[in-house]
Amino acid sequence: MKLNYLFLLMLATTLQVRAQDDVYPAKEYKGLLFITNGTVHIGNGQVLEKATVEVRDGKIVGVGANIAIPQGDVKVFDVTGKHVYPGLILPQSDLGLKEIAAGVRGSNDYRELGELNPNIRSIVAYNTASMMINILKTNGVLLANVVPQGGIISGSSSVVQLDAWNYEDAAYKQDGAIHVTIPPFSAPRSRFAVRSGPPVDYVKVANEKIEEVKDFFRQGKAYLEKNSHAEVNLKFEALRGLFDKQQALFVHAGSVSQMLAAIELVKEFGFRTVLVGASESWQIAPLLKENNIGVILGAGHSLPGTEDEDIDQPFKTPAVLQNAGVLFALSDDATNTRYRNLPFNAGTAASYGLTKEQALSAITLNAAQLLGIADRTGSLEAGKDANIVVSEGDILDMKTSIITHAFIQGRQVSLENKQTQLNERYLKKYGLQN
Amino acid sequence: MKQIICAGLACLAIGFLYAQKTFPVNGVADERNTIYVLKNATVYKDAETVIPGATLVVQKDRIIDIGTNITAPAGAVIIDCSGRFILPSFVDIYSDYGIPVPQRAAGAFNFSAPAQFNSNTKGAVGWNQAVRAEVDAVNIFTSDEKQAKTFRDIGFGTVLTHQKDGIVRGTGAVVTLANEKENLAIVKEKAAMHFSFSKGTSTQSYPGSLMGVIALLRQTYIDAEWYKNNPAAEGVNLSLKAFNENASLPQVFEANDKWGDLRADRIGDEFGKQYIIKGGGNEYQRINEIAATKASFILPLNFPEAMDVEDPNNAYQVSLNDLKHWELAPGNPAAFEKAGIPFCLTPADLRDIKQFLPNLRKAIASGLSEKQALKALTQTPAELMGVYHLVGSLEKGKLANFLVSSGPVFNEKTVIFENWVQGQKYTVKDDDEAIKGTYNLTVQSGGKTETYTLVVKDPSSASITGKDTLNAKFTYNNKLVTLSFPPSKKSKNSIRLSGIALGNEWSGNGADTAGNAVFWKAGLTAAAVAVKDSGSKSAPAAALAKITYPFGSYGFDKLPEQQTILIKNATVWTSDIAGKLENTDVLVRSGKIEQVGKNLNASGAVILDGTGKHLTAGIIDEHSHIAVASINEGAQSVTSEVRIADNLNPDDINIYRQLSGGVTSSHILHGSANTIGGQTQLIKLRWGADAEGLKFKNWDPFIKFALGENVKRTTSSANNRFPDTRMGVEQVLTDAFQRAVDYQNAVKAAGTVSAKGRKGAAANPWATVRRDLELDALVEILNAQRFITCHSYVQTEITYMMRVAEKFGFKVNTLTHILEGYKVADKINAHGASVSTFSDWFGYKMEVLDAIAYNAGIMQKMGLNVCINSDDAEMARRLNQEAAKIIKYSSITEEQALNMVTINPAKALHIDDRTGSIKAGKDADLVLWSDHPLSIYAQAEKTIVDGIIYFDRERDLQLRKSITEERNRLIQKMNGEKKAGGRTAPFRPSTQALLGCGEHDDDGSFHLHDDEQAAAW
Repeated sequence: MKLNYLFLLMLATTLQVRAQDDVYPAKEYKGLLFITNGTVHIGNGQVLEKATVEVRDGKIVGVGANIAIPQGDVKVFDVTGKHVYPGLILPQSDLGLKEIAAGVRGSNDYRELGELNPNIRSIVAYNTASMMINILKTNGVLLANVVPQGGIISGSSSVVQLDAWNYEDAAYKQDGAIHVTIPPFSAPRSRFAVRSGPPVDYVKVANEKIEEVKDFFRQGKAYLEKNSHAEVNLKFEALRGLFDKQQALFVHAGSVSQMLAAIELVKEFGFRTVLVGASESWQIAPLLKENNIGVILGAGHSLPGTEDEDIDQPFKTPAVLQNAGVLFALSDDATNTRYRNLPFNAGTAASYGLTKEQALSAITLNAAQLLGIADRTGSLEAGKDANIVVSEGDILDMKTSIITHAFIQGRQVSLENKQTQLNERYLKKYGLQN
Repeated sequence: MKQIICAGLACLAIGFLYAQKTFPVNGVADERNTIYVLKNATVYKDAETVIPGATLVVQKDRIIDIGTNITAPAGAVIIDCSGRFILPSFVDIYSDYGIPVPQRAAGAFNFSAPAQFNSNTKGAVGWNQAVRAEVDAVNIFTSDEKQAKTFRDIGFGTVLTHQKDGIVRGTGAVVTLANEKENLAIVKEKAAMHFSFSKGTSTQSYPGSLMGVIALLRQTYIDAEWYKNNPAAEGVNLSLKAFNENASLPQVFEANDKWGDLRADRIGDEFGKQYIIKGGGNEYQRINEIAATKASFILPLNFPEAMDVEDPNNAYQVSLNDLKHWELAPGNPAAFEKAGIPFCLTPADLRDIKQFLPNLRKAIASGLSEKQALKALTQTPAELMGVYHLVGSLEKGKLANFLVSSGPVFNEKTVIFENWVQGQKYTVKDDDEAIKGTYNLTVQSGGKTETYTLVVKDPSSASITGKDTLNAKFTYNNKLVTLSFPPSKKSKNSIRLSGIALGNEWSGNGADTAGNAVFWKAGLTAAAVAVKDSGSKSAPAAALAKITYPFGSYGFDKLPEQQTILIKNATVWTSDIAGKLENTDVLVRSGKIEQVGKNLNASGAVILDGTGKHLTAGIIDEHSHIAVASINEGAQSVTSEVRIADNLNPDDINIYRQLSGGVTSSHILHGSANTIGGQTQLIKLRWGADAEGLKFKNWDPFIKFALGENVKRTTSSANNRFPDTRMGVEQVLTDAFQRAVDYQNAVKAAGTVSAKGRKGAAANPWATVRRDLELDALVEILNAQRFITCHSYVQTEITYMMRVAEKFGFKVNTLTHILEGYKVADKINAHGASVSTFSDWFGYKMEVLDAIAYNAGIMQKMGLNVCINSDDAEMARRLNQEAAKIIKYSSITEEQALNMVTINPAKALHIDDRTGSIKAGKDADLVLWSDHPLSIYAQAEKTIVDGIIYFDRERDLQLRKSITEERNRLIQKMNGEKKAGGRTAPFRPSTQALLGCGEHDDDGSFHLHDDEQAAAW
């Protein structure tokens, strides 16, 4: 691989790896850029063989087989034999908020105290120096939604692009959604949980908490009907976007009961609503369709919810949603791999009922639609940002999912990260080649 | 001779058995020698012998005669028991009657809290707070009339009582339920020694797991043996002393579950003990294995109640396993009877003790014979406790413990009237049959007489018919009658009467509605027709749930057998020198791969068409935590005595799920809570087998070690367990092996070659050296008889682990996790360890900051034997994909990648001569894939272990259908039960055990925190 020789050369001169400190965000590129001769997966189901993507000043201006490449000061990437995809979008994450999951409290900024925190904004804590970010880029993930946790209303999430100096550079769409977590309606299915303490009436507690949220929204709505207030309430102010339909409500709910409660919440307030997690959404897919509720599924690579459930239920849930016409995206919330396997969750969905292009949409265009950024990204269509990845082969299948190029808003971004650098460092130590 | 009607007088017996000679009398001596003659009864001498028209003669606490043709002695009180049944009162040998129930100290087990290393029990007792061999029930027993009555009311007369606390619980005493001083109620002071798997109120950290409990028991047996020689070093140890003294008593083990029963029995086998096993009620699911224990059982009747599952979303969370158990549990005693296993029944474990007889009737309706039921409540328990000469049947000389009932005792409508204990009569229920009927009631007020018809239904309800039919308030209590009723429906005032019953003629006084005095009389005109038993012992409904193997979903109706299988025309990835073979056949016979080649034929073989498909060796997971009841014994830093093998759980659904991902063997490791963890167990995924059947036979034993954050309890803010740093971890290792070396030398010096060897059996070394199971396992490591797989992350600890091993002259067999292995791959190579890692885990804790997805690739290129493992029940079913990722991150060949989950782990586990590749002569552990085995689109269609197809995707589709149908049937049935007014329990979701590396087990409440969860790996 050419890229790696390049690294070896670099290493020979610098002699020291500085834990990705020398991986720089790319400079803005004004002008024309062509990615030619690849198999272009648009993201909306279409595939063009031997096609060219034309980019001007960071925007896609055309995609097709008959695009002429002018002479002169243009960048051309001949990707013959390779596959071209929209940049992958991770729709649910704590990227940049949680660095070292366990044992290092100081590295974590993802969960705030308090129950009702619509005013909490994840973007302000998004750490562009997180070592996770470049690792995701290397696997083709170019955008991520950064979500705060804690309480029932956790705050607003923002979409970031993964090649930035600071959070203001990174912000792709700020405060696009407010996140609510529906409490559980029954005891967790853990043998540890069952043993401890007096019995809890989960249904009662859940209903009380949901009522608390509804009451909060009602009061917020009333508050916002007045233009000025002697005492400004930051929490209510933070709801303005929801009532203006500028923001979506993202409801974290897994079980059918939780999701039904979410539907009821939507009925009352009419927010644009997306369910997050939604592991049992396959049981009520027509109902979600009917209520125009979107879904962001958690990791498809997970175990069935019960002993009796079909062994491959989580793998085939995307196909159930697809067939019911529900707009859905896939995420990857596996703690131990930190999101880097997003494309493979889609690959599994393609093995269990989706077409490969449908599976691709679930990590690109569908995610963009749910996050409210489909006018700018999610597919390789004229007018959108040039957020593009190129892979040696099928991006959904790990053995061929080898990313060779990535572009964010037309900038060719580095695919290096701390791990690639450590790899080079030790290959060098042992005199090996990758 | 005064003759009274049986059960005629409701009197509560009080301590009048006989005066104790040593006790001073305050008053006049009241010695009584009354003889009672109960005649004309149907007497059950025992379960086998029924004597109609028999007579029972009782004096003081004994039966002095029984039979027909008995002449009542002069001066006896004669009780006519015509129509009555007399049978021995029941014996419960699993009670804690009259024993204080110890309370666990507030604030149960908390993983983050400081550890308690030694016992809090005061006195010259043993080191572990849960070994309470010195406790004798006889010393702490007090008669408790309130409690006694609840047991007497359901038919019991005698119990074995003990303190249900701890792993070794001391001795139990046999006592009667008489309202007597303890001196007289105690029948046998020490009748049995008791054991359990629960540490009870012990606050000591060790043991913190089921396997730790078993290890502690094992060591206690060994220590007790050693203590017989009064080793000076031990001083006085009252726990061990008592343990030895009571060793010849019957030994009762509370195991509470079918697998627990088998675990208990295996401990017994090891130490030459045959336990009497207290079961859990699910034994019918594995009755053959249960029979093979040759144990006698004590069975509870705590059948699950129908749950409220009207809400389909609730119903969804109740497992088929639990639904089936609800339906089949009442058949548990019948299953024992059918299998010829001796058993007794106990009311223990019942939420409401009054459910005992109703549940017993359920058991009978489910096939238990009445004869066996009676035997299980009388003779069997009495014999087991060595008190059959006193209780358990009605014979001359035995204690006068018997029941007087209205009919055969197990009939639905039968009422127990009296329970005689030690010759004293205790009324359970007044015989009120006789008062039921129609009476002619006349009420005289002034000169006026009103006549009514009074219909008495039972001692608290009656109706009056005059002009209207009126509800009356009626009570009948020990011959005293009260009655009040309005003279007409419209009347707001009542006529109030009270009086006494003199036989069938009742009379008394009262007041009319105006308050005038009245007199009344009532005479029986027609006795009520006795209610017959509904006789609803209809045969159990035909379609009951099937017992499958395992019992829950996806089980087999009968265990699958080896077949001759011919896989035709597949792409065969041999994981061997032969490489990848196109269009190749593989013949499997008698569990082995017989032939690999082209155009093979075998008559009678099951043909699997492999056209367009791929065949690989079964996947071997070097690092797994499935199929166990507990995973971590983290209470001490060195726990090499604990064994995963002691607590396998063959019912874990993850076995089946992983078969569906092509896994055929899994190395089940102890967790990573401590530096020297427990002994591991290699299993084959023989879905449906029992614990023994899962085990990989004749393998080299392994042990789990762990280093780094988990063993220094990084996520605990209050750690007091050494070590707290990696510096300390290195010393734990060094110290442990130094102690092992010294121990080995001491054993040698004491007269024999090695702990296991037993050559030159000169002097018994264990007379002078305390045999230590913890050190035995370490000595095995020193002698290359046991091999280490060591959880390790960062380069420092990887290096010092190898150096410590080298210092003591052995090799670390496998470094598992090994996420910084790439940094010291050359050193690992020089040492000669295998490595087993994840493809791409990183960033979940400090010590994986330098974890890279290129690790496996670098180590492969450095010539190491590299395995890719799961450590995760979900990922284990996609290990082929995990291997494929190594191609993505490092340029290795496809065959090299596949080997990382087949032949390489086989090598690491020393089983590469038997499995891990496709080659004639090897075990037929195979996977037929729908696609390229390293592709995400590949699905395992058939997974074969030992020539048996354990997973078949087509069969799986059938099973899904039948699971749905069976669940639906059972949920409907449960809902039906609720609608019919049956007892229902509130909904509670079924729990499934899913254990991770860092999980802990304890009796107390324990819940993993988010952050601790992450530290599980």
